Amino acid sequence: MKMLINVAETVVADALRGMAAAHPELTVDVENRVIVRRDAPVAGKVALVSGGGSGHEPLHGGFVGPGMLAAACPGEVFTSPVPDQMLRAAAAVDSGAGVLFVVKNYTGDVLNFDMAAELAEEEGIQVAKVLVDDDVAVRDSTFTAGRRGTGATLFVHKIAGAAADEGRPLEQVREIGHRVVERSGSFGVALSACSTPAKGSPTFDLPPGELELGVGIHGEPGRERRPMMTSREIADYAVDSVLGDLRPRGPVLLLVNGMGATPLLELYGFHAEVQRVLAERGVVTARVLVGNYVTSLDMAGASVTLCEADEEMLRLWDAPVRTPALRWGV
Amino acid sequence: MLDAAFFRRWMTGAAALISREADRLTSLDSPIGDADHGTNLHRGFSAVATALEQEETPTPSAVLTLCGRQLISTVGGASGPLYGTLLRRAGKALGEAPEVSREELAAALGAGVQAVAALGGAAPGDKTMIDALAPAAEALATSFEAAREAAEQGAVDTTPLQARKGRASYVGERSIGHQDPGATSSALLFAALAETAAGGEGGSDE
Repeated sequence: MKMLINVAETVVADALRGMAAAHPELTVDVENRVIVRRDAPVAGKVALVSGGGSGHEPLHGGFVGPGMLAAACPGEVFTSPVPDQMLRAAAAVDSGAGVLFVVKNYTGDVLNFDMAAELAEEEGIQVAKVLVDDDVAVRDSTFTAGRRGTGATLFVHKIAGAAADEGRPLEQVREIGHRVVERSGSFGVALSACSTPAKGSPTFDLPPGELELGVGIHGEPGRERRPMMTSREIADYAVDSVLGDLRPRGPVLLLVNGMGATPLLELYGFHAEVQRVLAERGVVTARVLVGNYVTSLDMAGASVTLCEADEEMLRLWDAPVRTPALRWGV
Repeated sequence: MLDAAFFRRWMTGAAALISREADRLTSLDSPIGDADHGTNLHRGFSAVATALEQEETPTPSAVLTLCGRQLISTVGGASGPLYGTLLRRAGKALGEAPEVSREELAAALGAGVQAVAALGGAAPGDKTMIDALAPAAEALATSFEAAREAAEQGAVDTTPLQARKGRASYVGERSIGHQDPGATSSALLFAALAETAAGGEGGSDE
């Protein structure tokens, strides 16, 4: 697989150097792998810190800035960051109002963030955590590591970030972040596997005429494989999978997310089909986001995330945000 | 008896073995995980080897504690905290003794394995590193070679199991038929231990 890189070992550091040069409003510590908004710590405000493996850009670094994250910790490709990174980030952004860790539910992320939380508390930093586990493709049972965190992570960053920006205390910011998770569901499909720089070839074999349903965002295979389907059929399957779990009684936030290698032309066409199914099922979308936000390197495919949003959540969603990957109202 | 030099040789031996086997570990991690186990452990154990050259480690406990801390700070993923906890807890159990017996090491690693199981929430049969570590720590009470064999057998025996923990659990039944990469790297730790013991220079347990 051809890649626009020098060597696999420096992919993350190279990207961080490029990000630093593109975004003077961020402080990018390339050596220690921490991306911090330049004006941090912001007096009196709770600070959101998130992170995870690299390869999901713009998640998480692209969401650092006023109205969203105070800092992000990028790990190696598809590998959670180490506790040292989160500790450094927490120390850099804590104003004394506390730090909220937004953690996607993967064993590695959970273990490393938990270790970091312990260390931060030993240093006198108040830490709370929101665990994002929105992927309905994974059964949440004792037989799995639980649902994965995917598209709803963006919703948590935005809505809890806006709550923090309003000056709400840590417990309230945590509570609203948790509420977003409880009311969200996601489902992803892959038309092709992705290739990690270290491996240089697809991480799983997907025959040309087939697709993976219920795929994750780390190149891990999904739960079911079928002969290739049309955009209409995929939309039916994905939306019904989410609605099988989440039964919204009111308007929803909708994220139609590209996995990295699916053109926006296809993604918008897919969004039209998603809107058709939602209308057929009587679900009204209050806000919509279409684009590549929670990606999986060069995987082709898409995911659908729904979040049943109350008025407060919609107001926080509409609040101003200024980050590399999401900006409005400023 | 096993002194700090023995533990340093064990850890640098493990680093060399992980380096040689990194591609195989990554291949095993491909069908049921995310194809980076070898890369991540190689990065971690390289840091371990460097740290052992740079820092004073007067006791077996100091060696294991330093190595565990390095793994937590450099590996990432689940493997970093899990392997780091294994070594740190085992190191703590060894106390300040300048030399320890094989039996004492077996008991210390047993405590480490329990800590790993508690942290990751895994039980034997979940298709994780526990399936190699638990029988190996137990067999170490008999001999280094028995521990190596128990670990290797434990790793091989994960093949028909369905994963219940970690990223492999997401693929459900499709994890059946693949040997667990974490159990495989755990077996490498015990292979390095047996090689170190067979290598003499205070490495014998007799």
